[in-house]
Formats: sequence, structure tokens, C-alpha cells
Amino acid sequence: MKTFDYVRPATIAEAVAASAAPGAAYLASGTNLLDLMKVGAARPDRLIDITHIAGLDHIDWLADGGVRIGALVRNADLAHDPAFVRAYPAVAEALLSGASAQLRNAATGGGNLLQRTRCAYFGDPASACNKREPGSGCDALGGENRLHAVLGWSPSCIAVHPSDFCVPLVALDAVAEIEGRAGRREIPLESLYCLPGDAPQRETVLEPGDLIVALRLADPTAFARHARYLKLRERTSYAFAVVSAAAALAMEEGRIRQARLALGGVAAKPWRARAAEDILAGARPGETIFRRAAEAALADARPSGDNAYKIELARRIIVRALTLAAAGTPQRLPALPASPFSSAPGARHAA
Amino acid sequence: MPFSISLTVNGVSRNVELDDPRVTLLDLLRERLDLPGTKKGCDRGQCGACTVLVDGRRVNSCLALALSHDGAEITTIEGVAQGDELHPVQAAFIAHDAFQCGFCTPGQIMSAIGLINEGQAGDDPERIREAMSGNLCRCAAYVGIVDAVIEAQKRLADAGRREAA
Repeated sequence: MKTFDYVRPATIAEAVAASAAPGAAYLASGTNLLDLMKVGAARPDRLIDITHIAGLDHIDWLADGGVRIGALVRNADLAHDPAFVRAYPAVAEALLSGASAQLRNAATGGGNLLQRTRCAYFGDPASACNKREPGSGCDALGGENRLHAVLGWSPSCIAVHPSDFCVPLVALDAVAEIEGRAGRREIPLESLYCLPGDAPQRETVLEPGDLIVALRLADPTAFARHARYLKLRERTSYAFAVVSAAAALAMEEGRIRQARLALGGVAAKPWRARAAEDILAGARPGETIFRRAAEAALADARPSGDNAYKIELARRIIVRALTLAAAGTPQRLPALPASPFSSAPGARHAA
Repeated sequence: MPFSISLTVNGVSRNVELDDPRVTLLDLLRERLDLPGTKKGCDRGQCGACTVLVDGRRVNSCLALALSHDGAEITTIEGVAQGDELHPVQAAFIAHDAFQCGFCTPGQIMSAIGLINEGQAGDDPERIREAMSGNLCRCAAYVGIVDAVIEAQKRLADAGRREAA
């Protein structure tokens, strides 16, 4: 690991000021950053440890019915907060389907948003990677790429964003609060991320010095009773998504008044499926309309390598997630969060 | 530039001068504080052999920067027994033959203690398997590990009820 300068600010303002040094990076828990530093894929000159800043680890319920989640709230604390689970069950399920219990105890919400891709070539400094080293090429193209993107990719980068947490957050219009050198601003989470285009090294719209300080979610009432996150992975637990889907339905007299749908594991960003939402609005829930929505969500998908199977897999996980969401949020989160193999009423087991 | 941190390790206050900012909590315990019970397996957060409790919560010490843990309270495998009396999780691992080579065992036991403290899994084997998925056992003693966690969980719950009564 390359050595670095270590600073530990006590306030947000001090942290942002400390970021003016060249090569500075914010350190929260470090579960992703330290790992990348060990293999040489991240080489910051200065770490700004934000974990000792007071006040960033609160979950605050807002007068408008929504919630504000401090950037340093640990994944496990959010996922096990009883009021949060009731209000945003698909978000809690996504959190609990990610990583391991040890990592969830350490990893923060803000860090989760900014975690880097798990593309093996990005994590290997001996490989060509336009994201890690602009202009060097992409060894994932033509390499081991069965887990890579099927939406929004470019010939310069086919990596996917690995987060589970972000998928239901994007479906539910979460907003990130950012402290920067020009003060405080807000960015809808969906707009935080950039598609690779010809500059995959630019992953977000954040400017140097920007620090995510909180996430906000709107009043959950409409979607809390019909919400699920489902995730297909190569082993039952502690694995990143091959594909995943967050589905939330606002039901009214047996019809879908409004639908929210987002996909994970398919693109460089959590992928909101608005065309599918439009098809579902006003419809009665059922397999035919769910399949039409799934077709619309993947209409622009194309394989970036040996991953054409992900397109049909994503359609099927959408149908399954919508079916389970329509059946109703379970009273208690399943033993295997987000697993399509959990038995639940209304589940189809032939994905 | 040296960095000075103080932390509590197994109930003992320790002041540590670090000459290098790159030291992980795992390396601090093993190489500087003479506590080699915590194991280095993958060093990347994938195997769980390095699991310790930080402020009562199980974490991977290999992915924790020592400097960042200034002021923290750390519990390692060396700190769970009371003198010669084993912790109920340790005793249950022996009773259920929950290990073979033993390399992953300190991490498994610390993870099991953390899991029981969290109170999320109860005695449901499926929830215990899911909650222990961050600890790999290459000898595959998983069946014994799940049985050990169930028994230890019951013993600790009974002890808690006796204390409350």
C-alpha cells in the first residue's frame, strides 16, 4: 500500500477544507477504500477520516413524514431500525442482502453510495482499465465479463455499480445532501451517477471536495405495504448481485396507482425503469402486465460480452419482484433477505 | 510523523505510538500488541478470520484502519474467557465439534458472540447460517458451528433470565 497523510477533522467544514490537498480522499469505515488501497487500485495521497465528525450518524424523522439518514449511519443500524424497516422495507431488505454482518456493522450509507465497481480488471493494476487509468483500454471487453453491464455501457467501460442499497433508494427518489466548497446542495440520487461514455473515470457528478452528509427519503406511506427487493447471486449469501430489482407499488382498490421499479447489477448506475413504471400505472397486477413492464425495462439492453443471459434474467427478476410486491410486504423480513428462493405466498419458483 | 492513539483492548487501556498510518486494526493487534489469536486469512474482508468486536459489534479488523479507532473498545478472542472459565460460545464450539483445523475458529467465535448480542437470529438455523455467512470454514464445520451458536444462544438467554429474576 502506498503511504499517505492522515488527517482527522472534527467538523464538516474542516473536512472540506482538508480536501484541498492534491490526491485527498475521504475515509469513512474504509471497507471498500482500504481494500482497493491494499491492491493498489486506489492510491490516495491523503486520507481525511470523517468518522470522528459528530452528528453524521443520526436517523431523523422529518415533519413531512420522510426521513433523513446521516451519511455515517452504519448499514446494520439502518437495516435494523424498527421504524425504518416499517417505513422502507425494500431498502432494509436490500441492505441486509448485501455483504456480510461484519461489513454491514462497519460500512456506512454514504460509503455505500460511493463504493467502486467490483469489476476484477478495475481491481487489478496489472490489467488495462479506462476507469482506473484513463486511456489504458478495457480488459473486461473480451475478458471474463459474464457479470458486466447490459444497459448504458460503452466500449470504454462495461463495469456495473455493485450497490444493493442504492437500487430501492433510486426507485424511491432518494436525495443526497452534499457539502462542498460552495456550500450545501442536493442531488437526486439517480442523477448522482454518470454513465461511462468516453470518460468512465468520472463516476459521479461530485466535484473535488464534495462530501455526502445525508440521504433523504420522502414520506413512505404510499409504497410501504407493497415493496420488495429481490437479488439473484451466485451463492445464497454474501455475494454481489448478478441482477436485482426493487419494486414498490402504491395500490388503490385492486389497481396499481403508481409503480416504482429499479434494477441493480445491470449498469454503471442503479437503473430506474420509468418506461416500465408508466406501463404499470393504472393496471391491475398480473403476470401479463408485469411481463410487458419487464420487456419495456430491458428494451435497450444489449450484451457487453458473455452476458446476454442477464437480460432475460433481469426480466424474470422484475416479474418476480412485482409479483411479490403486489402480494404484500412480508410481516417480517425473510431469513434470506432478497432471495428468490425464500418461500413466500405468491412467489413463483420457476425463474 | 508518528501518530498516537489510545484504545481499550480486552478491558486494558493501551496507548500506542504508530510510526506508519497504514497499520490495520488486525496488524496492530497481532504485530504490536502481542495478541495473535485474531487471524489473518484473506486480509480483504472476505473470510472473517480477523473478526473482533469494536464497541461490542463484530467487524473485520483487516478492513479497519488502526488510526481511525482512536478511543475504541476492542474485544478479541483472548478477552472472552473469564480466567479458566470458557465463554459459553467457546464451550459450545467444543461440545459441538465446531472446528477441525481451528484457523477460522477465533473469528467464528467472535462473530457468534456478535451475532448473539445483535439478537436478530434467535435459534432459527436458517437465520444463523445467513448471519454467519461472513465467516468461512475451509474444513466445512458449518453444521457444528450452527448447532454451537444455537446452544450458546440458549445458555446465554437462560443466564440472562436468571440474572433478571
